[in-house]
Amino acid sequence: MSKLLGILVLSIFAENFVLAQFLGICPFLGVSKKLNTAVGMSVAVIFVMVLATAVTYPLYAWVLEPNGMGYLQTIAFILIIAALVQLVEIVLKKYIPSLYNALGIYLPLITTNCAVLGVTILHFTKGYTYGQALVNALGSGVGFLVAMVLFAGVRERMESCDIPDFLKGLPITLIAAALVSLSFMGFSGIANALLG
Amino acid sequence: MKRAYGKELTKGFLRENPVLRLCLGTCPTLAITTSVLAGVGMGLAATVVLICSNVVISLLRKVIPQKVRIPAYITIIAGFVTIVQMIVQAYLPAINDALGIYLPLIVVNCIILGRAEAFASKNPVLLSAVDGVGMGLGFTMALAVMGAIREILGAGTFLGIQLLDRPMLIFIMAPGGFFVFGMLIAAANAVAKRLGRKPAQKAGCAGCPAAGACNGCEQAGGDAV
Repeated sequence: MSKLLGILVLSIFAENFVLAQFLGICPFLGVSKKLNTAVGMSVAVIFVMVLATAVTYPLYAWVLEPNGMGYLQTIAFILIIAALVQLVEIVLKKYIPSLYNALGIYLPLITTNCAVLGVTILHFTKGYTYGQALVNALGSGVGFLVAMVLFAGVRERMESCDIPDFLKGLPITLIAAALVSLSFMGFSGIANALLG
Repeated sequence: MKRAYGKELTKGFLRENPVLRLCLGTCPTLAITTSVLAGVGMGLAATVVLICSNVVISLLRKVIPQKVRIPAYITIIAGFVTIVQMIVQAYLPAINDALGIYLPLIVVNCIILGRAEAFASKNPVLLSAVDGVGMGLGFTMALAVMGAIREILGAGTFLGIQLLDRPMLIFIMAPGGFFVFGMLIAAANAVAKRLGRKPAQKAGCAGCPAAGACNGCEQAGGDAV
């Protein structure tokens, strides 16, 4: 149990997907300008990450690997994620229109998002069990949410700042991201203590 | 005709540098540029995939139906990434360790999908191959420059040769990556301004190759920076 808690804290804070592992930078820079879009996108990412892990983990661990087809991992995973996102979109549209209205527009953006493919592959690199992998996927998604929400706040403040001409736009956004990332480094000690 | 090839080859170096001007492929740019060697390794691996996928997609450009082109491109790219991954694992284990998860993640590198969508799907085979070489080398150069800055400042070495006595460790950690990348883009913008060109394209959805295929971007307010 404490192992699971450790994994959760580790994946949300110390090994934050965006700020420490540099996965999913495009949406992090792209859709973090407004708080509500940042939250919508992040919730969709959490949803797809957990679902993708739930499907890809058994496939790799119990089908591909035992049959010596581990090399198909990349192709199989990206196709499953793409198909899964499409399927989720169709199902939500038909049966839960309210959820579709909230998340629908973000779903296609996620297919080619390296965060989702990244998390499904990382489970195996780290040697997690199925349960640990699901917790890690949830934590990674929540970590994405935390980073997005914090950064959206920072950027709303930056709108009204007087920024030197040559730093305007992308450069100052990246430098702000550097500072947010710096603050997340402080969490690594806490996570280490929790994992023992 | 010869001029066209030269132009397609060199445009990726500076004018349309995928990293510094188009702001594509930011994830690997930030993640693996902790040393020059890793940067060059990543750049070359992506270049090989880019050339191969450009050639195949250009050959199939009249066969692939418009509606399923993105999944088709991803499948082709994933195939080549798997081949490159197996070669690197077998012959260059040091590079494999340095790149880690970012090697399979070349599949979702926007530069490759972006060139497939913007160039290879509309141009003949040879021209697409040249475009792949140019863009790939532009990517490699940007990664090498960034890797060099971070390795010298953060580890005090260049290709493993000791240069500084007291390196600033922060530069090879995550915050240093964001900071160096921000400064490099600022520098590229300043140079572009001198030459009378527009600053770098917007990050996020505006520069995303899938933007045309995905109707979510505009509604999501992905106008970014």
